Amino acid sequence: MNTSPYLRKTTAVNSVMLRVLIALLPAIGAYVWQFGAAILVQLAIATATALIAEAAMLALRGKPATLYLTDLSAVVTAWLIALTFSPISPWWLTAVATLTAIVIAKHLYGGLGQNPFNPAMVAFCTMIVAFPALMSQWPGAGQLDFHTQLELIMGGARQLDAITAATPLDALRTGLREGGANVTVPQLMEGSAFGILGGAGWEWIALAYLVGGLFLLQQRIITWHMPAAFLLALAACALLMWGMRPDRFASPLFHIASGGSMLAAFFIVTDPVSGATTPKGKLIFAAGIGALTFVIRSFGAYPDGIAFAVLLLNICVPLIDMQTQPAVFGHKQD
Amino acid sequence: MLRKLFKFHGGVKPETHKDSSTTQAIAKAPLPALLKVPLHQSIGGTPRPLVRAGEKVLKGQRIGGADGNVSSAVHAPTSGTVIAVEPVLMAHASGLSTLSVMIEPDGEDRWIERHPIDLRATPADEIRDYLRDQGVVGLGGAVFPSHLKLKTSRTKPTRTLIINGAECEPFITCDDMLMRERAPQIVSGMLIMQHILGAEEVLVGIEDNKPAAVESMKAAVAAAGVEGCSVVAIPTRYPAGGAKQLIRVLTGIEVPHGARSTDYGVQCFNVGTAYAIHEALDLDQPLISRIVTVAGNVGQPRNYEVLIGTPMNELAAHAGEQAGTDAYIMGGPMMGFRMPAFDVPVVKATNCVLVSSPSLFPPAPPEMNCIRCGECAKACPADLQPFELYWFSRARNFGKAQEYHLFDCIECGCCSYVCPSHIRLVDYYRFAKSEIWARERDKEAADAARERFDFRNLRQEREKQEKAARLAAKAAETRAKLASDSGGEASQEAGEAPTAAEQAKKALIAAALKKAKQQKEGAPVPPRNTENLSPDTLAEIDAVEARRAAARQETE
Repeated sequence: MNTSPYLRKTTAVNSVMLRVLIALLPAIGAYVWQFGAAILVQLAIATATALIAEAAMLALRGKPATLYLTDLSAVVTAWLIALTFSPISPWWLTAVATLTAIVIAKHLYGGLGQNPFNPAMVAFCTMIVAFPALMSQWPGAGQLDFHTQLELIMGGARQLDAITAATPLDALRTGLREGGANVTVPQLMEGSAFGILGGAGWEWIALAYLVGGLFLLQQRIITWHMPAAFLLALAACALLMWGMRPDRFASPLFHIASGGSMLAAFFIVTDPVSGATTPKGKLIFAAGIGALTFVIRSFGAYPDGIAFAVLLLNICVPLIDMQTQPAVFGHKQD
Repeated sequence: MLRKLFKFHGGVKPETHKDSSTTQAIAKAPLPALLKVPLHQSIGGTPRPLVRAGEKVLKGQRIGGADGNVSSAVHAPTSGTVIAVEPVLMAHASGLSTLSVMIEPDGEDRWIERHPIDLRATPADEIRDYLRDQGVVGLGGAVFPSHLKLKTSRTKPTRTLIINGAECEPFITCDDMLMRERAPQIVSGMLIMQHILGAEEVLVGIEDNKPAAVESMKAAVAAAGVEGCSVVAIPTRYPAGGAKQLIRVLTGIEVPHGARSTDYGVQCFNVGTAYAIHEALDLDQPLISRIVTVAGNVGQPRNYEVLIGTPMNELAAHAGEQAGTDAYIMGGPMMGFRMPAFDVPVVKATNCVLVSSPSLFPPAPPEMNCIRCGECAKACPADLQPFELYWFSRARNFGKAQEYHLFDCIECGCCSYVCPSHIRLVDYYRFAKSEIWARERDKEAADAARERFDFRNLRQEREKQEKAARLAAKAAETRAKLASDSGGEASQEAGEAPTAAEQAKKALIAAALKKAKQQKEGAPVPPRNTENLSPDTLAEIDAVEARRAAARQETE
């Protein structure tokens, strides 16, 4: 039966996803510029794995393959995985992570739109628990040529000291741990891992994520609630601790410009499927992630806590949504 | 003068498609060979037919008398002969038939005698009755009898009268053209309404994509020299023409679902209704024609003044219907309904005959999963969370759907319009609403049946005991007789027996009544959507029920 409305906007899921991918391009450009082309290889591995896994799962579940393959949601997940992993991760690590995301986190829960957890973050957490050493090997900016990077991706032997440098968050936490009371944060910040605001090289990528995020805001694909609440909560927690103990805690600006903060603010926290949906709920959800991220970064066992924070808040989404239903028309004041 | 306007949440801005039908003036549609005038053309009771086959009628003669107060009369649109009074397919998506008067015009178009009433000398009650008998109903599409809306609330005076010229649906321009061409008559009708309601101010709300209509209405208001009346251009955003949305935009008041706007001191009428009131009272012309936009798959989209009962296909042919037409939609593309046939008659609710073709309104792409992107929530003018309602409706979790205010949904279609997964959201809500209505009716029926059953058990029990008592009495009597034959002692006993039986009976009834009362008091009263329904919704429910019955018959 054919019923009203007969008109519809032309926007489709794949156009939304396509614009998310476009928004990631500036950051990918900055990544290549600062760290070399290895990230492109990682993106290709993740994308190929994601599409194959998606096609296989759709076939198994008897769903229309072309319709859902072209929605590009698997590609978005793949890119987010590649961008959160070290560019010199071995190929199988990226592939297994992507498989985990698409098969377990997405399709076993019912496919597009049904997953309670952010697939990319499920992949990240699974891998960091299973392969903690590999997940913490990051190159320094401009440290490795493309040939070496490719060899490492293909499974070449790793001489850790030669190829990796600590990420700024990692350098900070190990520095404070090992130095004990003798070292202060400002002293550590003079190290080579650090740049002007955040990590050397990383701060440019963070800036590019910001540009992409603003594009998504302008396109009305995301609303301001989540990025603002996430960044403000992270900065507020950092400000509180830094204000009290500037020698033991990094500044709010450093937290915002380092690690995955900018990527998370605009591309991960904002995942509509696994996030809160009401305006107030979005604020609570994203602020929760921001605060938890700071706690895990400063006191937890992992250098960056965004992935865990996201999953923990994903669990809270039904409750948050239920408790923050906006008042409907005509029922506002009373 | 700048007026402070208010915003309503959400809304969409679809392509308006209004230009092509406003290039030419309103034309009179030609007299068809046969007029099919349904008797049921408004919310409320179906008017009784006042004519029989073979009878001659004059233009404006009443052919259907209002059935009670919530009803509205129907009149002959032209002079001619009644050929039949029989069920005819309705201009309704249900595909049901309704009793209609078939009139063959004689071509003379001869009026009955008309005597306009003196408004100032007539009490408001009489004016209302008069309007009911003139068949004036809301012409914005809801066809609610106007005389019922011209009553102020008992608790609050009506401060503001709003005249709705927003016309937010794409393609429809009948109100626009009416305002451009007949503004003074609209103002005249408007002043009558203001007089009856005693409203302090009158606000005419027109979307700002109709500057010609705004100018024309402003000029007419100025010419009439009325105070406290302003014509306000409001931002173009669908559904600004929804009564509740327009009231919100102009006054900031939000009238909740199920409440009457007069309880908030506001009343809202369509411009077409104001015009009809002018004709009914100032000229004594009942509502027998209306302006209809013919648009879509036609050579020349245009507005016509159409006699009620004109078959839609004749009207469309007149506007140059083109090949490829697959259906007519009555109303606009956002909230209109597909007609079950091409020859259904134009009725009072027909503001637009939208000639549809697959190229104009292609079938929707396949539905994908909801990704909770929240576009629907951003677009919803009722501030609902449409995707949540979708989950609950789909899962048949109707209790939860109601908790999330399913019944506040006005089915404007904004959510379906924006959904990137192409989910036909409104259909899910229509389904959920009709299921809930059906269940509540079933429950009421079941409650009644249970009561009947309980009473039957009670009655049978009582009868059994009565019979036993009777038998005992009889036995006692016999015994007494026997005893009296033998001696006189047993007579006392015999006299007591029936009293004891009666007392037992009374006690039994009292106990049963007490039990029933306790059950009634103890049972929690579930919230019911079938309570406090507007006549509008009741009519819709009836239609749904009828469809359901028809479907059931088919399957049998």
